[in-house]
Amino acid sequence: MEIRTGLAAAIAATFALGAAATAEPITVVSWGGSYGQAQDNALFNDASRNSGIEIIRESGASMSKACLQVESGAVTWDLVVTGSGGAAAAAAKGCLEKIDYSVVDVSDFYPNTYTDHCVGSDVFATVMAWNTDKYGAPGSDGAPNSWADFFDVEKFPGTRAYRANNVDGALEPAVMADGVAPEDVYKVLATREGKERAINKIRELKPHIAVFWESGAMQAQLMKDGEVDMTTGWNGRFDNAKKDGATVGYTFNQALLDYDCFAMPKGAPNKDTAMAFLAEVSKAEYQANLPFHITYGPTNKKAYEVTTAPAELIRALPSHPDNVPFMVSVSLDWYAEHRAEALEMYIEMLSE
Amino acid sequence: MARADAGGSRSGKHLHEAALKRQHAREQWSVLSLVVPAMIVIVLIILIPLSWLFYLSFLGDDGGFSLENYHKMTQYKSYYRIFVTTFQVSILTTLACIALGYPLAFFLAQLPPRWAGVFMLAVLLPFWTSLLVRTYAWLVLLQKRGILNEFAMQVGLWETPIKLVHNLTGTLIGMAHIMLPFLILPLYNAMRKIDKDMMHAAANLGANPINAFWRVYFPLSLPGMVAGSLIVFVLCLGFYVTPAVLGGGRVIMVSNHITAILENQFDWGAASALGVVLLVATTFTLYVAARLFKFDAALFGRD
Repeated sequence: MEIRTGLAAAIAATFALGAAATAEPITVVSWGGSYGQAQDNALFNDASRNSGIEIIRESGASMSKACLQVESGAVTWDLVVTGSGGAAAAAAKGCLEKIDYSVVDVSDFYPNTYTDHCVGSDVFATVMAWNTDKYGAPGSDGAPNSWADFFDVEKFPGTRAYRANNVDGALEPAVMADGVAPEDVYKVLATREGKERAINKIRELKPHIAVFWESGAMQAQLMKDGEVDMTTGWNGRFDNAKKDGATVGYTFNQALLDYDCFAMPKGAPNKDTAMAFLAEVSKAEYQANLPFHITYGPTNKKAYEVTTAPAELIRALPSHPDNVPFMVSVSLDWYAEHRAEALEMYIEMLSE
Repeated sequence: MARADAGGSRSGKHLHEAALKRQHAREQWSVLSLVVPAMIVIVLIILIPLSWLFYLSFLGDDGGFSLENYHKMTQYKSYYRIFVTTFQVSILTTLACIALGYPLAFFLAQLPPRWAGVFMLAVLLPFWTSLLVRTYAWLVLLQKRGILNEFAMQVGLWETPIKLVHNLTGTLIGMAHIMLPFLILPLYNAMRKIDKDMMHAAANLGANPINAFWRVYFPLSLPGMVAGSLIVFVLCLGFYVTPAVLGGGRVIMVSNHITAILENQFDWGAASALGVVLLVATTFTLYVAARLFKFDAALFGRD
């Protein structure tokens, strides 16, 4: 099997790409479960075949592990999937290679979906989701529609779930609920007072927060089991929960637009080949297939033009042009500078 | 021995004494050599990593010696609270295990060995099941629309779901269940060794059963209970999975916080410092407890 794919790759490489012809296979690391599978089916398998670059797929992507590899001088990963915030923090620690944008073409990418150290792979949104039996279908009369509604337990009595152990996407909803306009969120959160304002708002809601979730799987499970009435979480997880029969709905209004990306650990063993593969996998033709496998949107605008996915599926993606104006783009600069302090303050409140 | 007899005919024994000493030393060395493989393993997988942990915890951001990782712990009250929670959960779990495990071990010790084996299987079977499976099973049982709440509401025990999980209660239930065998096994062992004639003698001397239990049986079973409790307590201090799943983010133990620091900030220094403080606090607690409850002998091999 290995010989056959190796042979196929070698033949493809001889005919197609001179650059990749003598290259070693590269190691691409993603997350497990439906996310990694979606990437295999939409991105990796086709990009590998078309470019002739052989890949070794591993699961268990984590920026802390990538940093450990870099610090101990034993880097085995070439490309690693990460959240944008994780990439920013790892870059600040000096764990990541700079992306060579003369190789990777991001001219059709949405702004703010790539940085010096990582290239966006898909767009997701941190949304508020609720039990539609209890509060009504999204968009219907009286259904929750803003973070203010999420934090208003008089108007929407019931239990809530919120993020545990990690501050990513936790403070922004609180300041918006406290009356800050979406465009000023990160300006307010850049000050100590702004962070305290957010923390105080969450502290007020805390008696009604029945569970703090640790993972995307847990968000879906909480809604499926009816353990809480409303939660924050990642939109794709709730679509999957709904497919499994959960009565759950969500809104993109005031949602936090965020993206996952590919990063390269500093000293990656096959840097040039990995960069070439990154260029290939970022093309619109692959990203266009992603919606078939998971409801996360492409970072490459052109993918919307070439995709064959049905209209209602496209319309439900977080990066769809109709949805984007309602959302707040997550600021990586803010996370790079304020994450450590914000996390300490958040844990401080959680431990009370 | 040689020294105790030395008072007798000094000059005559002198020669033998030296030879005996040499032989004794040789014997000791050959016995000692039996533990060499174990010592190598301990040095390789405990001492070296532990020294590395200490070293990392004193490393500053600039790579030089620094106390900043420890200083940070004093800046936020959360660290103090997390340590309090860790010890609180561990102590409560240990107490719950004693309350559940002591009567059970006592019961097992009274049974004829064959029947005790059958009942012991009931204790051991869950012990062989994956920790994660048992933890999630408790979640299914205890949650808002879980089996227990649904059943109790159907038979009319209570009307609205009771919050049994995603809090301290759920964490303690899960942890006590998982830790129980660690208490029962050494305790049962100690109880089996208690001579039944002791109780008969006590009765013969006029003690009623309650009196005989508390003044004869209980003190004899104490070493087993202390050993079991220590294992449970120390294991609890480093517990991660069960509080993470059943605590609902409200029960933050040291291990949970170490994960948070590593996953979010890749800060090995700060994470190591937390580990060092936990290790030191654990050793200190055990030392104080040993002094208080006089189980130094069991713990530190002193008499």
